[in-house]
Amino acid sequence: MSGTFTPMPGGAPLLRQVAAQASMEARLMLRNGEQLLLAVVIPVIVLIGGVQAAKHEGFDFGLPQKPIDALTPGVLALAVMSTAFTSLAIATGFERRYGVIKRLGASPLPRAGLLVGKIGALFLVELLQVVVISAVAFAMGWNPHGGVVTVLLGLETVLLGTAAFASLGLLVAGTLRAEATLAAANLIYLLLMAGGAVVLPASSYGAGEQVLTFLPSGALGEAMRGALIHGDCYGRDQLVLLAWAVLGTVITARTFKWE
Amino acid sequence: MRYGDKVAVDGLDLRVERGTITAVLGPNGAGKTTTLETCEGYRKPQAGTVRVLGLDPVADHRALLPRIGVMLQGSGAWSGVRAMEMLRHIATLHANPLDVDMLAERVGLGDCGRTPYRRLSGGQQQRLGLAMAVVGRPEVVFVDEPTAGMDPLARRTTWELLTELRDDGVTVVLTTHYMDEAERLADQIHIIDHGRMIASGSPLELTRGGTATIRLVVTKPFPDGAPASLQAALGDGVEVTPINEVSLLVTGPADHTTLATVGRWCEEQGVLPESLNLGQRNLEDVFLELTGRELKP
Repeated sequence: MSGTFTPMPGGAPLLRQVAAQASMEARLMLRNGEQLLLAVVIPVIVLIGGVQAAKHEGFDFGLPQKPIDALTPGVLALAVMSTAFTSLAIATGFERRYGVIKRLGASPLPRAGLLVGKIGALFLVELLQVVVISAVAFAMGWNPHGGVVTVLLGLETVLLGTAAFASLGLLVAGTLRAEATLAAANLIYLLLMAGGAVVLPASSYGAGEQVLTFLPSGALGEAMRGALIHGDCYGRDQLVLLAWAVLGTVITARTFKWE
Repeated sequence: MRYGDKVAVDGLDLRVERGTITAVLGPNGAGKTTTLETCEGYRKPQAGTVRVLGLDPVADHRALLPRIGVMLQGSGAWSGVRAMEMLRHIATLHANPLDVDMLAERVGLGDCGRTPYRRLSGGQQQRLGLAMAVVGRPEVVFVDEPTAGMDPLARRTTWELLTELRDDGVTVVLTTHYMDEAERLADQIHIIDHGRMIASGSPLELTRGGTATIRLVVTKPFPDGAPASLQAALGDGVEVTPINEVSLLVTGPADHTTLATVGRWCEEQGVLPESLNLGQRNLEDVFLELTGRELKP
């Protein structure tokens, strides 16, 4: 018997499934206007606006470097935060709402594969963000600390920051309703962008400096500045990020509801 | 040979033979979706055992999943994803998927392939859900109310597709609250109500080969004890089932004698027939006889 529908079941190789999931989720993230705004447009506006403000108003962002050199690492950190935290939380919240996660739960893609696919999607979007933001920054005369170590440190910081913020994004998405997730993820993003020492160095916030460097936003911003301005590994900030990632993962694993 | 699943529904065993279409029929809230979701591994039964293809849907989830196809109610897609993009994605997760263009044509998705999911009509979303359930060439498909919200043409296309799946050796388990769907499509029907199974059999067995029926509706409520007195007047071989205070169902030979007896009885009781419908016993009547309620979607 060999009809059109004669059973021939089986899952695709896991790697292919994960790659398909990552590319699908990345495409959907970039197709969504608000998320694209969050991912690329806002960071670029912050970068250009900050440099212009520095030029005309004489801000120095509490750092001795040229404004573009002082700002770009923080803007890259902001981009990581927007994707790994806000975009991921909103996308996952609505996946739960629309039964996408439930439907995929009946496909050959295992839960762990779904999670790895999500992380893959984040890296794809972040790659695009880094390319666009770096291109704009270089066009504006950005001159980061050079060398392989700087690049590796920058990548490692992006990885750690993604882990910390993604675990927190999933924590929000896995416990709140979709609308509440949308509101909370955007609000937290705005608050951290303005007051979380991500774009501007913690030292420019005066008395709050010590507290801010314990936030994942502050730690990510400082670690990026350490890597790209000085070519230095800011161990304390990296540790703070790692701690948030572990804490976020442990709590999310206990509280996340797939449906 | 032991094939297929064995599903416990409130203490009763329900067994599905491979290569057949089984309909789980019942009103809303009867436990149809729960029954399917237990087979799909979404729910762990509190008591009893479920086996699908010999596997435990919860414990052997990973081994079972590639072998089954699932269509959920509200088919579960991203709101911004295009119809064909979603179908292709599910296809990519499988080792030997069907040709997605052929499948889209078969379920009638041809002209809305580039439409985002949120803009598809309810019927189109159902068709996509059905395509997603079968694209991986599963051995068993579980389809939850596959034709809800479909127009008559799409329903017919869906029935043809499900029949062809069966003919190609796929086991189909569907839920429905449409009697005609179960009667036309299914090899075996299990009627469930309030989470327990109240009847099982082939459509022919359940309707007893289409025994004749008379549905009587009168203009004012029957006096007390009316069904019993009609049953006494009609004697053995004919069954009287009350529907409500103004209507009842008579099952048995609808010959002159029966009709005359019903007419005379109306006169004695002082009730006037508003309508008298002669028909063949169908699943609706079966459900009514079993529960005393009409099966409404």
